[in-house]
Amino acid sequence: MAINIILLIALLLASLWTVMTIRLIRSVVGLAITSAILSIIMFKLDAPLAAVFELSVCAGLISVIFVTTISFTQRLTQERLKLRRKERMGKFWYLPLIICTAAILLSFWRPSLNFQFPAPLKETDARNILWNMRHLDLLGQVIVLLAGAFGVVILFKEEKR
Amino acid sequence: MNPELMRMFWPFAVFVIFLFIMGTYCIMATFNLIRALIGVEILVKAATLLILLVGHVSGNGALAQTFVITLIVIEVVLMVVAGGVVLCLFRHNRTIDTRKLNNLKG
Amino acid sequence: MPSLLILLPLSFLIILNLPFRDILQRASFWVVAFFCLFQSIAVALHPFIFWSALPDPYGPFFSFRLSVDNLSLILLFSIGLVSFVSLVISRYTLLDNKQRFNFLNLLLIIVIGMNATVMVTDLFSLYVFLEVTSLSSFILISLKKDKLALEGAFKYIILSITATLAMLSAIALFLLISGDTSFVAIYGALGNPQHVFFSKLAIGLFICGLLVKSGIIPFHGWLPDAYSSSPNSVSVLLAGIVTKVSGVYVLMRMVVSVFGLNQALQDILMFLGCLSIVLGALAALGQTDFKRMLSYSSISQIGYIVLALGCGSSLAIAGAAFHILNHAIFKSLLFANATAVEEKTGNGSIEGLGGLAAKMPFTGITSLAAFLSTAGIPPFSGFWSKFIIVLALWQAGQYTYASIALLASVLTLAYFLILQRNVFFGKVASGLEGVREVRVGLIFPQVLLAVLTLGIGLFAPFFLSNFILAAGNILK
Repeated sequence: MAINIILLIALLLASLWTVMTIRLIRSVVGLAITSAILSIIMFKLDAPLAAVFELSVCAGLISVIFVTTISFTQRLTQERLKLRRKERMGKFWYLPLIICTAAILLSFWRPSLNFQFPAPLKETDARNILWNMRHLDLLGQVIVLLAGAFGVVILFKEEKR
Repeated sequence: MNPELMRMFWPFAVFVIFLFIMGTYCIMATFNLIRALIGVEILVKAATLLILLVGHVSGNGALAQTFVITLIVIEVVLMVVAGGVVLCLFRHNRTIDTRKLNNLKG
Repeated sequence: MPSLLILLPLSFLIILNLPFRDILQRASFWVVAFFCLFQSIAVALHPFIFWSALPDPYGPFFSFRLSVDNLSLILLFSIGLVSFVSLVISRYTLLDNKQRFNFLNLLLIIVIGMNATVMVTDLFSLYVFLEVTSLSSFILISLKKDKLALEGAFKYIILSITATLAMLSAIALFLLISGDTSFVAIYGALGNPQHVFFSKLAIGLFICGLLVKSGIIPFHGWLPDAYSSSPNSVSVLLAGIVTKVSGVYVLMRMVVSVFGLNQALQDILMFLGCLSIVLGALAALGQTDFKRMLSYSSISQIGYIVLALGCGSSLAIAGAAFHILNHAIFKSLLFANATAVEEKTGNGSIEGLGGLAAKMPFTGITSLAAFLSTAGIPPFSGFWSKFIIVLALWQAGQYTYASIALLASVLTLAYFLILQRNVFFGKVASGLEGVREVRVGLIFPQVLLAVLTLGIGLFAPFFLSNFILAAGNILK
């Protein structure tokens, strides 16, 4: 349990850094670290397949997408960076305050957690569930990927000028 | 039901709530399109953790895992499309600051 | 057989993207048109094709546990119809061949998404197909890569993802209390008094997400931008059916067959519905852009549907379903009129126009039909659905809401009179003397929809007793 709490606190700090840091590129790195920590937590929660997905797709692919977008769009000079730093400090230091307030409030409040769960599924292999019971979701994934392919074709093509 | 697992639920749930707060704050407070997308990503992470946690606690870990795999696939496609829209916006306006992009009013 | 409506467009989609691009690009229009008409006609004849009685004949992998009831049949019919209209309009407005081919493919994808959304019986699959629908609508909005369209698309993306994430958290909570995500399991678990707090939280989150997606007034920020800035054929699709399926229909399905109505939920839905009706109509009064005015009018009409849903009697649900169908018909018709006007005058503003009814007789007359139907004037079909909704409200003892719904029709009449006077009536404005009627291809969908709204209105008793009132039976 202690290791879980440490991991969760690390997750919180990483995402806090993601939100509060000034340069976008560092923010993306923070997001990748958040994903990596999350995938360790997933592994601890007995979800190895999803952890692999999270690590490769979210920490890897999504960072690549963000870095590509940023490298196309951002050109920050030094003086603009200083300006940005000032206005961000004014805006973002509320966030740790909000988190602390929420933590204090939540520590006072314990919802009653005596659930009666129905019997869980007998099948415990995620692959079997995915292929035998949730194949409509699989079909949905295929269609989402197709839509994404058309999105790439339409959006990423440079106009001829 | 397993009381050991139930004791695990609340601390995790608190951190999920923190992640939701952070993501929402990031979307609300920023003027940068890409940072808004990063806020969305943090929200997605929170939802992912919540689903897995719930599956683990209620003994449906495998089902939750299939949900998370589907969610990750959808998420990455969404981010690609959103990134494409941001790129196109930048090509038109040479900026990704929302304060300079107010041609449409609600 | 219901899975046919998912598998058939999917196989068309795959076939269209095989090699031999040239032939397939030319055939693509007819293939998609065939599918849309097939869907509408097959659904309209539903008693004769045994929809859910026949087991799926393609092996266990393709049996998806879908279900079709009377409400979904009405929606499936509207999906086919509006997609067909949007398709015909795209043939004459999207002139670039490649762009049109992409549009056709995305249209097939969005139709798959909507058909599946209408028929699934599992909450997580519902989420997946909602994402399919909204993802393809993001791409469709930014199809032409206009500056304004991209901004509208980005706003829609952020709000829609936030909404679906709220829904996803709700799904996680449902998984916690019921151990599964099928509608039946959740319905069973919600009755358990032990999980009151979590079930209320989950229902609240889910409904908030759906209200954002349907564009009810406090959550409507994205809707006018997305509708008015997207390409014309996409506006027809979005306003006519996409937000109705992904927002309003899912709300109806959830409230009626999963969550169940209680007093608090009823009050919230009726209040928000009424707010949308009045504020949407007032906002429409002040618009100067044709499509933007129609978007606010759309918000106002969604308000009627949500108001009827909040009333919750069997008659009110039937009225809501009928109003979805009518809205699909007359709003697509109005957007088709807007397309025709924009094609001929070059921009979407309604200022500086006038007298177009003389120059464009078909557009003028059909827009008059659409606007009378929207305002609820007999004998057009819009009259009947509004009449049923008001009647149901009156029967349920909600006299205030019933009278607000009646009086708001006057507001509807007001903004459409402004529109008609500015665009179609009066003297021909300077610079528009040379305007002619649009080509036959663009007249055809307008006339088709106008005939439908008039026909349904004239034969309303027949339609009501055979199709519409049956939709109220989905109440448990």
